[in-house]
Amino acid sequence: MNFAPEELLAATLARLILDPTAHPARHIAVGAASPIPAAACWLVAKQGYPVRLSLLHKRSGNPFTEGTRELFDLTGQGRIDLFFLGGGQIDGQANLNLVGTGGWPGGGADGGVRFPGSFGSAFMYFMTHRTILFREEHSPRVLVDRVANISAPGVSAPGVFRRGHAQALVTGKCVFRFDPAAARFTLESLHPGETVDSVRAATGFDFDIGEVHETPPPTEAELALLRGSICDEMVETYPDFCGRVWGRSQAA
Amino acid sequence: MTPISLEAMAASVPDGALVALPPDNSLPSVALARALIRRGAKNLRLLGVPVSGFATDILIGAGCVAEVQTSAVSLGEAGFAPRFTAALKAGRITVRDATCPAIHTMLQAAEKGVPFMPLRGLIGSDILANRPDWIVQQNPFGPPGDVIVLLPALSPEVAVFHAAMADSFGNVWLGRRRECATLAHASQRALVTVERVVEGNFLEDERLASGTINATYISAIAVAERGAQPVALLDEYGFDAAYVAEYARMAKTDAGFAEWLAREVFGQAAAAA
Repeated sequence: MNFAPEELLAATLARLILDPTAHPARHIAVGAASPIPAAACWLVAKQGYPVRLSLLHKRSGNPFTEGTRELFDLTGQGRIDLFFLGGGQIDGQANLNLVGTGGWPGGGADGGVRFPGSFGSAFMYFMTHRTILFREEHSPRVLVDRVANISAPGVSAPGVFRRGHAQALVTGKCVFRFDPAAARFTLESLHPGETVDSVRAATGFDFDIGEVHETPPPTEAELALLRGSICDEMVETYPDFCGRVWGRSQAA
Repeated sequence: MTPISLEAMAASVPDGALVALPPDNSLPSVALARALIRRGAKNLRLLGVPVSGFATDILIGAGCVAEVQTSAVSLGEAGFAPRFTAALKAGRITVRDATCPAIHTMLQAAEKGVPFMPLRGLIGSDILANRPDWIVQQNPFGPPGDVIVLLPALSPEVAVFHAAMADSFGNVWLGRRRECATLAHASQRALVTVERVVEGNFLEDERLASGTINATYISAIAVAERGAQPVALLDEYGFDAAYVAEYARMAKTDAGFAEWLAREVFGQAAAAA
């Protein structure tokens, strides 16, 4: 069965969402520019699991009547179980840098790169019950030993109010689990064609090696859902993505 | 309330003003951004509520902006905001990074007329470390050691957004995007462009009232048909991805942006829009 890398990643994220050892994902929010996490959430929902999806960037039928303000209020109360975050840089303690490199705020005359910005990460990472980190690019420039700036810290000092942490980090090469007590990642599975050595060579931080297995491919049933009704749901919000991955263009 | 012209509305925004703009999923007035560029506005201090998009990038590119306070600047699927990135590299703008709920919270404090509001999260972030105006204090109701961030109230001089319609009384209807109501409540003036003005009073219609901002918060209205474009407006029209992608390509260089500006803001196409 042939599948696109994006389809493998969506199926992988869906399995992490359904992880029975993690805090139950009854209400998941998906933020800006996140087509693969959105596809993963739809995959969970379309398989019949009882989950509420709040897709921030959905234009018709947007879940909120107070915009993103409502998302943050919901999350502040602990009503959002799972959120996705990424970063221009992610380090071995799961610190996220979404702001930039070089002198603060990044991308200035002294060199460095400016990323778009923190969005709500400096709040969501603390206040959501669990976070799945997702970044397709798996390279030493993204997965660094130490982020240049901490937009959102991976762990917090004792006493700082914090409801949850990273559950896992999914990249284009592998899945890492995160242990907040140790503040370290453990390699859990390798996507097809990858080895422990190829992952180590592409990763700027040190990590532990678990019982590593191959990341399971998407099933035929999952692929049928992704290419059919999930693409239908996503094409309004992510026309470029649906065109590129599934050859679908939006009806006028 | 009698609508004014778009150009008169732009003229009422003084150079140097703190101007709050919603992002591309929350009813920005791209029409007023274009009019501010045509009037040659200078040294504006933009506030992204809570992030910034297309309108902010064109204002920066046209040299209208001295400072941006925001939680991110992005063109969505079209990628990084090219003029923001270039201006930051050249040192032409100051950027004060926030995080989305902090901007909402500062506006909510202004809306309530209280001097500050607390917000969880943030502790250990370099965003907090770079905000001397945000302070960390013991939660007065919590156990010893429970610290929390306090954010000052923020009242923008001018809020600018685009709504579907206004009525005879100057009430404005924007459907479910009621975060713009918070913005209007918190700001000293709210300038609203609309697709159309209709007879009647939205507040007397139970189905429209909940998506309405009372005219008491609105300083001026101007009619600007398709005034959010290329951004979407509710269920009235969609996001013009091809237009924004072309902008993102052209605005990568100073010359390309100048060409885009001449055509789309100062040119015939703009005059007809």
